[in-house]
Amino acid sequence: MENLLEIKNLHATIDGKEILKGINLTVKAGEVHAIMGPNGSGKSTLSNVLVGHPAYTVTEGEVIYKGKDLLALSPENRSHEGLFLSFQYPVEIAGVSITNFMRAAVNAQRQYKGLEPMNATDFLKLMREKRALVNLDSKLANRSVNEGFSGGEKKRNEIFQMAMLEPTLSILDETDSGLDIDALRIVAEGVNKLKRDDTSTLVITHYQRLLDYIKPDIVHVLYNGRIVKTAGPELALELEERGYDWIKKDN
Amino acid sequence: MSNEQEYINLFCEHRELIEKPCATLLNMARGKAFERFKAAGFPGIKEENWLHTNVAAQFATDYGMNLGRVQSEAAARDIFTCDVPNLGTHKAYIVNDSFQAAANSSSLPAGVLFGSLNTLAKENSALLEPYYNKLAADGDAIAQFNTAFIQDGILLYIPRNTEISETIQIVSLLQTNVEMMSNRRMLIILEEGAKASLLMCDHSSTAHKSLSTQVTEVYVGAGASLDIYEMEETSESNCRLAHLFVKQEADSHFNHCNVTLTNGFTRNYVNVMLAGKGGNTNITGLAIGDRKQHTDNRTLVTHRAGHCTSNELYKYILDEESVGVFAGKMLIEPDAQQTVSQQTNRNLCLTSCAHMYAQPQLEIYADDVKCSHGSTVGQLDESALFYMQQRGIPKEEARHLLMYAFAGEVIENIKIEALRDRLHMLVEKRFRGELNRCKGCSLCK
Repeated sequence: MENLLEIKNLHATIDGKEILKGINLTVKAGEVHAIMGPNGSGKSTLSNVLVGHPAYTVTEGEVIYKGKDLLALSPENRSHEGLFLSFQYPVEIAGVSITNFMRAAVNAQRQYKGLEPMNATDFLKLMREKRALVNLDSKLANRSVNEGFSGGEKKRNEIFQMAMLEPTLSILDETDSGLDIDALRIVAEGVNKLKRDDTSTLVITHYQRLLDYIKPDIVHVLYNGRIVKTAGPELALELEERGYDWIKKDN
Repeated sequence: MSNEQEYINLFCEHRELIEKPCATLLNMARGKAFERFKAAGFPGIKEENWLHTNVAAQFATDYGMNLGRVQSEAAARDIFTCDVPNLGTHKAYIVNDSFQAAANSSSLPAGVLFGSLNTLAKENSALLEPYYNKLAADGDAIAQFNTAFIQDGILLYIPRNTEISETIQIVSLLQTNVEMMSNRRMLIILEEGAKASLLMCDHSSTAHKSLSTQVTEVYVGAGASLDIYEMEETSESNCRLAHLFVKQEADSHFNHCNVTLTNGFTRNYVNVMLAGKGGNTNITGLAIGDRKQHTDNRTLVTHRAGHCTSNELYKYILDEESVGVFAGKMLIEPDAQQTVSQQTNRNLCLTSCAHMYAQPQLEIYADDVKCSHGSTVGQLDESALFYMQQRGIPKEEARHLLMYAFAGEVIENIKIEALRDRLHMLVEKRFRGELNRCKGCSLCK
């Protein structure tokens, strides 16, 4: 299988403070990777750096995505190239309806690919189809993006957007946080339905819980800005049982 | 010689010329207004109400005034249609401060008067006498200046329990080859139970520097309902000084939305008096500025009677080196118990060179009221911008979407669907910089 993402010796800082201290990670097309680790280990920084958040500065290393230098691309072009982040804290955008927001997103991606903007009928049909995947209420579609949404609705809205944009590499940043069991199942089922043989997923999570639904091929432990352990799915179970202290002691 | 002295001399020397074509009603108010203007002079920037708006400097230009009532050669209706798609209107023009009728105006209900203020004032002196210059009489020096110099404008009179279903539209224009000043006057009277909506478009801009003063006096009778939508789409060389005085009787409704799409130097003063119980007023404004545009909105809502509600929302989006000024005052008088009043002012400064001066004020003399106000100045939400970029929306597009959403809250106050749709589109075009390149009216493009 070909490498979709190669992270080599990645160092990154925020406000001058080094958070990532040499990450190495390779994701092949079709794989599901889980990144686990205690609070403050750099998990969210890694996802933010990959999607080009302006608050973070890469000081060393490189990221090759689909054979391209990912770090040289603008955040929107990374999206157009199929990189998607399900935000840990989805942002509320007052006054912008989900419909208008998604239309702008879908058409920007189409323009990047040299396609005509989607006509209104097709677009609304697509919205309907994808909404059904995560049981997103049709009433929400006319509301402002994430405004006044419950925690569960926000996360379902993230997966709905993922369905609309059909990414190649999806990063799920703590998608399980703030979800009750039913919402977690709906979200996870949505992710699984969207999974294709040639798309990959990076699941960032504290807990084993989400991994019961989204089965990883490989599990990494991130601690203090480095990946300190990599193994199969059994590692997640071991962490659930033993906690992170033994990892901290060893590193 | 100070700026006002030139106008004082002009008035003294040409008073006969000014008064000759005019109705007695207009002439009767001049003397006192002139004396008040003469005593006060143009407001200076040391005056509290004019701290950030140097209006005296705007009068430094040697403007021409059409005191001899030379008629414009071209009919406005032939060159400037100003149609909003899907919106039929009763239309009238004010060209260089003179009334021009529209070509094919459909008939209005019996008893309605709509046309030249000067002409109609000659024929209906007794009817209009209780209204003309009653609210503006205590206005500031600029309002007095207007009363002293105006020669025409528009009258809209709607008798008791009469409803005009089509929107009334007044389009102001300048056609001139020189620096030009126009002083125009509107008198709008809705008797008890009358109902109307009015669209006032200000396109008075030319390639030359121009200045317009506009005084609008509005009477909303008991149980009457009036919507006024004002839209300014002028140019950098234009100065607009507008006063809107409104008096509302019991259980009346007044809804005002003022959109400054493009302009040069603007001062809009809105003064609403809730004189009868149970009145409701809603005043909103949106100003979009870039380059060195200057927009000053000042409002005063006086609750004189009890059980009234007022709601105020003003928003500014300031780019480049533009300046916004907002001063809104809610005055709750001792008898105005059970008042519910809310004022909101939200502003976006898109650059570090844009300036916003906000001054929300509440003055309450009654003890059983519910009043609130709030004002914020901020930037576009960076986290929202990034969120949109992550979804593939280019940053510039994301900025437009956020600005458009910010403006949308004001536009939603427009009750006429066709006009609301049009304004949504115009605001979007404005953000894309497409309006600046338009000559004339983009309402009909």
